[in-house]
Amino acid sequence: MNKKFVLGIYDDEDVLLTAIENIRAAGTNIYEVFSPYPVHGIDDVLGIKRSRLPIVAFFGGLTGMSFALWMQIWMMGFDWPMIIGGKPHISLPSFIPVTFELTVLFSAFSMVITFFIVSKLRPSLKVNVFDKRSTDDKFVMAIEVKDGVTNMDALNDLLRSNGAIEVNEKEVVK
Amino acid sequence: MTEERLIISRKTNNKFFLMIAVGVVLLIAGIIFMAAGGGAEHHAEGHGEAAAAGHEAVSWTKRLFVNLWLNNVYFTGIALVGTFFVAVQYVAYAGWSVLIKRIPLALSYFLPIGGIVMLVVFLFGGHDVFHWTHEYLYDVNDPRYDPIIAGKSGYLNFWFFLIRMVIYFALWIYFSMWLRRESNNEDLNGGTNYYHKSIRISAMFLVIFGITSSTAAWDWVLSIDTHWFSTMFGWYVFASWWVSGLAAITLTVIILKQNGYLKMVNSNHLHDLGKFVFAFSIFWTYIWFSQFLLYWYANIPEESIYFIERLSGNEGHYTWIFFMNLIVNFVFPFLVLMTRDAKRQMIMLKIVTIAILVGHWFDFYLMMMPGTLRTGAGLGFMELGTALIFLGVFLLAFTKGLSKVSLVPVNHPFLEESVHHHV
Repeated sequence: MNKKFVLGIYDDEDVLLTAIENIRAAGTNIYEVFSPYPVHGIDDVLGIKRSRLPIVAFFGGLTGMSFALWMQIWMMGFDWPMIIGGKPHISLPSFIPVTFELTVLFSAFSMVITFFIVSKLRPSLKVNVFDKRSTDDKFVMAIEVKDGVTNMDALNDLLRSNGAIEVNEKEVVK
Repeated sequence: MTEERLIISRKTNNKFFLMIAVGVVLLIAGIIFMAAGGGAEHHAEGHGEAAAAGHEAVSWTKRLFVNLWLNNVYFTGIALVGTFFVAVQYVAYAGWSVLIKRIPLALSYFLPIGGIVMLVVFLFGGHDVFHWTHEYLYDVNDPRYDPIIAGKSGYLNFWFFLIRMVIYFALWIYFSMWLRRESNNEDLNGGTNYYHKSIRISAMFLVIFGITSSTAAWDWVLSIDTHWFSTMFGWYVFASWWVSGLAAITLTVIILKQNGYLKMVNSNHLHDLGKFVFAFSIFWTYIWFSQFLLYWYANIPEESIYFIERLSGNEGHYTWIFFMNLIVNFVFPFLVLMTRDAKRQMIMLKIVTIAILVGHWFDFYLMMMPGTLRTGAGLGFMELGTALIFLGVFLLAFTKGLSKVSLVPVNHPFLEESVHHHV
């Protein structure tokens, strides 16, 4: 299925931010905004909620910590007890470095893997580049066109009156 | 940019004086209790032998001097960290912290007081705090001759110690005043010259601080346990000072903000301060554990004695503080400040910073008491009273310094960046 988009091209960060605010206030849904670099405050004006990735990190870390402690206690205390340095088989201080490392490892890996899954990043991913200049010096705002619903002229006016230097149309093969 | 002046009302000042007065009353009450033999086994003043009930007899003067020393090292550290913080921000070309930099700059107004108290306590109570100051330890013919301490006399001797102390304070006070002066002149005249000069001053100070903070930690804290040694001790004391100083800066920002000052400081600045407090409470734990792990693992008597004295030794006198130290200074800030929202809310930050300030006071308590008062240490009127007096004096000096100039460095070149700080 093909999707049609209207692309508003901007060349100024501040103009872009106010444009996003005005366009959203006018009741238009913005599909996505592409930018060559992270823009401060763009998440807020686009109404994007904060990522819940830190929760994954916390539970990943908790899993890593439990796994490390269980592994060491089971190995050193039950499976193959050895006397090392005259210490008890299960002596927590010597387990802490490994526990720390595995906590960090698990929380980092769980975050990366979750991020790949959630954002559908995989080798077979085909990316539609709306406008190549969004990797250079332009900001690209994409608005989805719904046939029969979207008033193209009004949208064009809205984008231009909010500082877009160009308004293009693009069809994307899904 | 708008100038903001802090006005310390007479009422607030009276509160600080009341704090000092209450401290003095408590201290005197504690002294009277001790001198009158409040605890039944405390009357054996003068002999160094342990008394019957397991509590070592400690004279009230000794306890007083150790308390003065403890609080003075703690508060001097916080004052010094103020200058260190500003120097780090300058050298890192940091922009976000410009709005709050007058607070750490004003912390160092306590340094001259700290220097005088330290000098006086060392001159009059040196024997009570430091075992190594006794002459007989170095006399081969004396039965109390101590070859280990005598071997350290090249560094640990009265005059060199005194000279070092004077040099530390002279350098710290000089650089603190220099940075303050540049910053105040910048307010009046503007331009970027003062900024560039401050960077050079800060770089010099950081080198000096790196050396003196470590040697000061050996002198003032480590040498109490003269036989013991730790190559990590300078770092350990620095970490404790640094996180307490950061907590003090953050707490001051919050209190000023709640009283209607620092209008341009928003949750983004608090967030960064919160990250600092969070990160360095972990850093302190890392240093604490690195020191502990090696001694625990090697288990060499002359090394592990330090931790035995604090864990099961001294009749378990310090066991609860040992574990409380870790809970208050690591577990609590770690779990509470982990989320983003907690670092951006004043209430959570306030609770955590107060906990850290109290917790690190106990950290210093744990570093000093087992080596001086042993089982005779307590937590009574004397401890509370001395701490209150120091807190009152510290706040008087700090707020007086803070109200001298505008809270906002109006001509700092990075001020605009700080106002629009966003994380």
